[in-house]
Amino acid sequence: MSVPHALLALLSEGPKYGLQLREEFEAGTGEVWPLNVGQVYKTLGRLERDGLAESDDTGQDGPQKRFRITPRGAEALATWLRTPPDLTSPPRDELVMKVLVAARVPGTDAHEVIQAHRLYLLELMQQWTRLKEGEARDDLGLALVVDAELFRLDAVIRWLDAADVRLARAAAEPPRPSPAAAPVPQLRRLGARR
Amino acid sequence: MNRPEHGGDGHSAVSVLELRDVSKAYGQEPAVVHALTGVDLSVRAGEMVAVMGPSGSGKSTLLTIAGSLEDPTSGEVLVCGMALAGMPQSRKARLRRRVIGYVFQDFNLLPGLTAAENAALPLELDGVAVPKARAAGLAALDALGVAGRASRFPDQLSGGERQRVAIARAVVGDRRLLLADEPSGALDSVNAGEVMRLLHEACQRGVAAVVVTHDAQLAAWADRVVLLRDGRVTGQTARPPGPESLLMPREAR
Repeated sequence: MSVPHALLALLSEGPKYGLQLREEFEAGTGEVWPLNVGQVYKTLGRLERDGLAESDDTGQDGPQKRFRITPRGAEALATWLRTPPDLTSPPRDELVMKVLVAARVPGTDAHEVIQAHRLYLLELMQQWTRLKEGEARDDLGLALVVDAELFRLDAVIRWLDAADVRLARAAAEPPRPSPAAAPVPQLRRLGARR
Repeated sequence: MNRPEHGGDGHSAVSVLELRDVSKAYGQEPAVVHALTGVDLSVRAGEMVAVMGPSGSGKSTLLTIAGSLEDPTSGEVLVCGMALAGMPQSRKARLRRRVIGYVFQDFNLLPGLTAAENAALPLELDGVAVPKARAAGLAALDALGVAGRASRFPDQLSGGERQRVAIARAVVGDRRLLLADEPSGALDSVNAGEVMRLLHEACQRGVAAVVVTHDAQLAAWADRVVLLRDGRVTGQTARPPGPESLLMPREAR
C-alpha cells in the first residue's frame, strides 16, 4: 500500500488537515489498513519536500496546517495509478515452501499438511465473508478490500488443490530416473532469492 | 448486525438433516464405484453447511440422498428426526414436497407462470388450496424483497430478481431443509455472492441448508464447510472467530 499516493489521492479532492487525512484514509479502506498519525505527518513532510504537496504558510507545525496537492503531485498521482505494480518476481511464499518441504521430509503426509492449511484458509475466508455480509454492505471501500482478500485466499486454496493432485499423481506414478533430483534445485533457487 | 449462529456448539438443537455412516455404491463387483463412504453429517435448523470438494468427490450423491431421491447402500438418513429407511414412497414424496426445498443451478423458473405462481407452485402441487398457496408464495416473495414483482413473468425480471424468486420458491410454506447444488450457476462473482447471502439469510430465519459447491468463495458464506474427497468427509472448518479480529484494534497502533 502506497501511503504517499493514497494521501495525494485524498488531497486531490481538496485541501485537508493531517488528522482529517488519516481519518479519511482509514474510512476509505474500511479500516483494514490502519495508519498512525506520525506516519501521516512524516509522509506529508516528504510530499512537501518533493514539491508534490504544499501547506498553508501559517508558520506553525501540527494539526493547524492544511495541505493541498500541487500540479506536480497530481501528475505523480496519475502516473502512479497507471503504473503496474511489480508482480514479475514471485514473492517468497512461506506456504509454498512448507508444501515443498512436506513433500520431501520422510514420514510426513503432505496431503495432511495441505489439508490443515486448506481448512485454516477456509476459516479465514469465512471470517472475511462475515465482514462482507455485515459491515461491508454499506461500505464500498471495505467491500473492495474484502473482495481482494477473498480472491487472494481463494487463489491460495486453488493452488493447494492443484498441489494435492500433483503430489497424489506423482506418488502413483512409477519412479522416473533420478526422481529426487528435480525438487532440489527448485528449493535452492527459491532459497537464493532471500 | 445480525450475527449467524455458528455450528459446533448446538447439541441441544434438533438436527433437520442427519446422515449416519452413510455409504453409497453403484454397480456390481468387481466394477463397483463407491460414491460415498461412511459419511456422517448433521445440520441444525438455522445452520448453513457448505459441502465442498472436487468433481467426482460425491457432493451431488450426498445431496440426492439427503433429498430422499436415492437410498443409501448402508447407513441412516433422518430428515426432521424421521428415518427415511422403510418409509413408503408416497410419504417420501410428500416429505420432498413439504419439507425440502431445492435451488437449482439455473433457477428453473417456469416461464409461463408469474413470480407469485412460481413461488406458490410447490404448495399447489402438494394440494394446498390455491388462495392459501398464493398467500404463502407472496409471503415468501416478500421475505426476499420481491413482493413488488409478484405479477411479472420470469422474462420480465432481472437476473437478481429471478434468483430471489427461485429461493422464495425453495423456502415457500414451512420448508425446513434447503438443498442447493451449485446454486449460483454461471453468475459473476458479485451476483453469485448475492445468491449465497440470500440463502444465508433464509437460514437465519430458521431453515437448514446444505449447499454443494466447488467454489471456496461461495462455500465461505456457510457457517460450516465440510470437505469431501473420494466420497469421504476429510475435514470441516471449526467455528471461526468473528470478523472483528480482522480489523486492527485502534489501541494497537
